[in-house]
Amino acid sequence: MDELLDGLPKLGSAAAAIALFFAALLVLFLIGGRVRGKFQGPVALAVFLGPAVILVTMGLIVPAGRTIYGSFLDANQEEFIGFSNYSWIFETQWGTLTNTILWIVITPIASTGLGLTLALLLDRMKRESVAKSLIFMPMAISFVGASIIWGLMYEYRPPTSEQVGLLSQIVMWFGVEEPPNWILWQPFNNYLLMIIMIWIQVGFAMVVLSAAIKNISSDVVEAAELDGAVGWKLFSRVTIPMIRATLIVVLTTIMIAVLKIFDIVRTMTNGNFGTQVVANEMYAQSFVQFNQGHGNALAVVLFIGVIPLIIYNIIQLRKERAIR
Amino acid sequence: MTESVRFEDVSLLYPGGTVPAVSHLNLTIEKGEFLVLVGPSGCGKSTSLRMVAGLEPISDGKIFIGDRDVTNVAAKDRDIAMVFQNYALYPHMSVGENMAFALKIQKVPKEEIARRVQEAAKLLDLTEYVDRKPKALSGGQRQRVAMGRAIVREPHVFLMDEPLSNLDAKLRVQTRTQIAALQKRLGTTTIYVTHDQVEAMTMGDRVAVLKDGILQQVDTPRKLYDEPANAFVATFIGSPSMNIIHAKVVDGGAEFGGTVLPIEREVLAKADSDHVLVGVRPEDLNLAESGPEMKVTLVEELGADTFVYGTTPDGVNELVARSRGFTSPRVGDTVHVDPQRTYVFTATGTQARIK
Repeated sequence: MDELLDGLPKLGSAAAAIALFFAALLVLFLIGGRVRGKFQGPVALAVFLGPAVILVTMGLIVPAGRTIYGSFLDANQEEFIGFSNYSWIFETQWGTLTNTILWIVITPIASTGLGLTLALLLDRMKRESVAKSLIFMPMAISFVGASIIWGLMYEYRPPTSEQVGLLSQIVMWFGVEEPPNWILWQPFNNYLLMIIMIWIQVGFAMVVLSAAIKNISSDVVEAAELDGAVGWKLFSRVTIPMIRATLIVVLTTIMIAVLKIFDIVRTMTNGNFGTQVVANEMYAQSFVQFNQGHGNALAVVLFIGVIPLIIYNIIQLRKERAIR
Repeated sequence: MTESVRFEDVSLLYPGGTVPAVSHLNLTIEKGEFLVLVGPSGCGKSTSLRMVAGLEPISDGKIFIGDRDVTNVAAKDRDIAMVFQNYALYPHMSVGENMAFALKIQKVPKEEIARRVQEAAKLLDLTEYVDRKPKALSGGQRQRVAMGRAIVREPHVFLMDEPLSNLDAKLRVQTRTQIAALQKRLGTTTIYVTHDQVEAMTMGDRVAVLKDGILQQVDTPRKLYDEPANAFVATFIGSPSMNIIHAKVVDGGAEFGGTVLPIEREVLAKADSDHVLVGVRPEDLNLAESGPEMKVTLVEELGADTFVYGTTPDGVNELVARSRGFTSPRVGDTVHVDPQRTYVFTATGTQARIK
């Protein structure tokens, strides 16, 4: 109860801040609404666009610029050192980079492939929505929560004691006498971490692809059937080309999420045992090692990695809109 | 090679349904024939067509293509080509690829595919569009691509499911004659579904009229018009549809609105109740100096013809008459009509024709 009362002033100040914000907006809109004559257009533009532009500038553009600038400064952000931070990345961080690349290649393809398979298998099944909800559920679990769950699955106990980890128990049932300590088993542990991400993303891929498959007109499928295309031929020559745009959006969306993957690695291994990825290394450099220069440079590498994906995504979306 | 199609006592009852969608259909479509299935929506015409295609199950009976029983043969192995109402073109393929698709699946040699596609494109006036995607075509062109896709297959049978209903009225009339001419030229057995009786009459060698899943009559267009089997066929074929008058059987004729229409005694003997249905086509009901009275409620000037709508004085029966005169009556006038040629149907049951 006391704690609740202690919290009240905070709540009050939050309410006051919100009220102030709305009051300011109201004044702004009132002034904007009163202006007549040749200033009417520009003022309206400023009133509507201004807040968004200011917020985007403060929240995105300025930090991005500062990060890029900071990536050319030393650890304490004092001296200009040119491309040294980048050469540090490409000279000493190959493990981190290759891990990230493996993540980007394997996870989206596996999630999308599995999602597509599930979408096809569940299509027009009885109680389709129940099955889909169950598969979609992991989407609702935070990466940290999912990592803790899977940490238990991968739990290592000496073979003589009772097993907690499901994976160990399963391989023991299959006759393996001494299961490895999974999380320490390099480079296999990387794939174990990827499975967590795949588990989360499969539901998303399935739901979106399933919607795309249902969107194919039944007449076209019937026409293909009469043309002799059934089974694999129908799938590869009609279904896939017709959901191609959605497939690409799903793939690139997951790719962007994977590029920024941080929580799973941090929770499971904190980047140890050869599982480091760029985002976690960036965090470690910036807030553990306090080498701002390295951290900034890693952030820029991530940023540059995401840009082509986003551009490709936008082009695809535009193309699809042009067809419709 | 083209083949005949035969329905043998075919029925379809959907699971959970009580009324069959198609009931005991017996129908033979000869080799090279153009048969039109026509009827109001929900009469089972599309379902029957889809049964031939193998897209719809059959609860009872058999379907033959040629001498082959295809009742349990998969759609892809029946060698039939279908034109869908909304064309069902593959949006990701060009016009040429759309037409070539079935042949590619059948692994027909490339040169042969190219030749057949080119031929079909030429036949359908699509040569300059072969490389376009369906999205970049007009409705009429898409319709022709759908036709082309069927033609290149050189199948046993063409099935067409209301292929003209998405075209505008003018184009529909034009395409109607083109399809009929094309079919004559190719000589491929064709089953054509439509709800439009004009399409049915103008295109079909024979027309099969369906209602509630039951075949009412199958005949040449002329015979359907002249000798309808029952009141449903009589009203369905012809536009405006035939006047059906509820009349009381009296000595020597049928009485309605205070007039007795003389009918032969033998005909009246076949009536199954004290009423009969008297049918007169509007084109056989002329305005006259004397005869049954009609109160005019609407006058339709169509240029060549004028149709006069009205009711009998007792208000029971509605009539449509054709006026040939230069001056047409006005709404509210009372005119006399003279039935030239009449049909008589029983008033109950199947409303079969007895004259």
